[in-house]
Amino acid sequence: MNSAIPALLPMVPFTGAVVATVAALFRPRAAQWVAAATMALATVLASWGLLRVLDHGELRHAMGGWAQPLGIEYVLDPLSGFVAVLIGVIGLLVVVYPTVTGFGVEPERGVVVYPLVLLLLGALFGVAVTGDLFNLFVSLEIYSIASYALIALGGPAAAVASYRYLLIGTMGSSLYLLGVGFVYFTTGSLGMDSVGPALEQLTDSPTTAAAVALIVIGLGTKMAIFPLHVWLPDAHSHAPPAVAALLAAVQVKVAAYALIRILLDVFPTGYVTDQLPVMTMLTWFGAAGIVVGSVMAIRQDDVKRMLAHSTVAQLGYIAVGIGLGTRMALIGALLHVVNHAAMKACMFFVAGGVLEQARTKKIAGYAGLGQRMPITMAAFTVAAISMVGLPPTAGFVSKWYLVSGAVEADRWVIGLVVVGASVLTLLYFLRVLELVWFRPPVDAEAAEQVGEPATAVVIPVVALAVAVLALGVGNVVIVEQILEPVVAALLG
Amino acid sequence: MFELIADRYVYLFVVGLLSLGLFAMLTERHLVKKLVGLVLFQTAVFLFFIEGSVRVDGDVPVIDPAVGPDPDAYVNPLPHLLILTALVVGVAVIGVALALIVVIRRAFGTLDDAALSLRDAEDGASGGDGASGGAGA
Repeated sequence: MNSAIPALLPMVPFTGAVVATVAALFRPRAAQWVAAATMALATVLASWGLLRVLDHGELRHAMGGWAQPLGIEYVLDPLSGFVAVLIGVIGLLVVVYPTVTGFGVEPERGVVVYPLVLLLLGALFGVAVTGDLFNLFVSLEIYSIASYALIALGGPAAAVASYRYLLIGTMGSSLYLLGVGFVYFTTGSLGMDSVGPALEQLTDSPTTAAAVALIVIGLGTKMAIFPLHVWLPDAHSHAPPAVAALLAAVQVKVAAYALIRILLDVFPTGYVTDQLPVMTMLTWFGAAGIVVGSVMAIRQDDVKRMLAHSTVAQLGYIAVGIGLGTRMALIGALLHVVNHAAMKACMFFVAGGVLEQARTKKIAGYAGLGQRMPITMAAFTVAAISMVGLPPTAGFVSKWYLVSGAVEADRWVIGLVVVGASVLTLLYFLRVLELVWFRPPVDAEAAEQVGEPATAVVIPVVALAVAVLALGVGNVVIVEQILEPVVAALLG
Repeated sequence: MFELIADRYVYLFVVGLLSLGLFAMLTERHLVKKLVGLVLFQTAVFLFFIEGSVRVDGDVPVIDPAVGPDPDAYVNPLPHLLILTALVVGVAVIGVALALIVVIRRAFGTLDDAALSLRDAEDGASGGDGASGGAGA
């Protein structure tokens, strides 16, 4: 059905970025208000779009009235609607988070921050709704450029991390572009719907296999699949807390979405899964990422760095789910995209609040904070329990689906890794939780000054902790209403 | 073998340029030289697209009554458009990279990747002595 919603999703934040820049020239603080209003509008649009898509089937918007294969189409289907709602909600929470705590700059300098955040979010929507392979590349680059700039807000060390990310990230998108070039020159089309049928005659061609390899490596770099994850720990740990939350919660996830979309939807059904060893590789590299990320997280003494390494591990779970490619595993991977977004954003927001109140990034500095900031730390604990994967939290459910998927695919080793890594996760979070709740503060006098952070910090943190519990209890609704039809369509 | 090279020399050139760029990014220690490697890498991808649009004896892609409506008589314009867009994106990336280089140089006084890694290990997050280090590198 024709609709303007798919085109409006990226356009609303892009317009908001311009409006925020102009408004900030007159009143610097207005940038944040504009950003909050924009993201509220985008979230409403995305949710409305998702509801309509679930009832009436996909919504399409052909740019300039030119449909595929000639023109660029933006398509909202249940899968992209699901991702779009996630981007909207996390984006809204990030822009309402206080500027000083979240981005390390005074509100007067919000003129730099909020247009960049809106550009990033607009491009993420762009990746989610685009129906064109080249347009996907452009969106990838727009969100990457905005990310490089936002990471660099964290100071000189962050600039070095951002520069290294820039080198690796741009190489990844160039490889993706090369892969798209292979597809274009063999099929003569860039539209996601028209490429698949054209490739059906070319499944034996080495060019097609090379295209798949280049696209997987390119998007794998963006998604930080082991061993292409080396940029992530530095970039996410040096970035300001709200930026880290945004990157870990949604920015790396849209690359996972793009991977699912291209491998399982764009390429002919069964080609990638049956003829190429891509899925097996994704599974094993994902499993390696789970182990490496968890072990590295145990070795850190800085909370944000620990969380960044943990992100590598959690992205490994998503890669395992995609790689196994069974019904349960894909549901688990998609559910983990949302669950990890809620838990990791919550934890980075808490890290920001602690940095502001107790002026510490070290795990040792968290000692005794349970008494000083009970609400924030309770939220942190809920997110940590979910990360480990204990019921009734969200993390338990997605890991349950992943393990069931591994059993379904008869890959017992992978199932063991998924379960075993929970013990590693427990190790590094238990260390923090023990300090928070059962140890006295290092410096009792300084601890007197520490209290709950500002209400604007507590609200997003508590909202996300509640979301973690709600996702754990209410996952049946998401799975039955959204994910089962999505996965059924993907496996076709 | 010789015919293969004669037919596909553009692809060999593209692969050579890709490898050269990748090699520079991996082995050069200087951040600006790494950026040059990245630009070479991107340019190779762009050249690949441009090569794909070539038609021998093809005309400018504007329909000409003298040439007729046969699309094979014209150069394929789409890859040019794609690369024009990709070039713009590439310029933005280079701009951000150079801005980051300025920040790094001001803060640490060096653009040597190995030296920066050492500073990183000592946790340069506190800032670094920009003024005194300016003469370094």
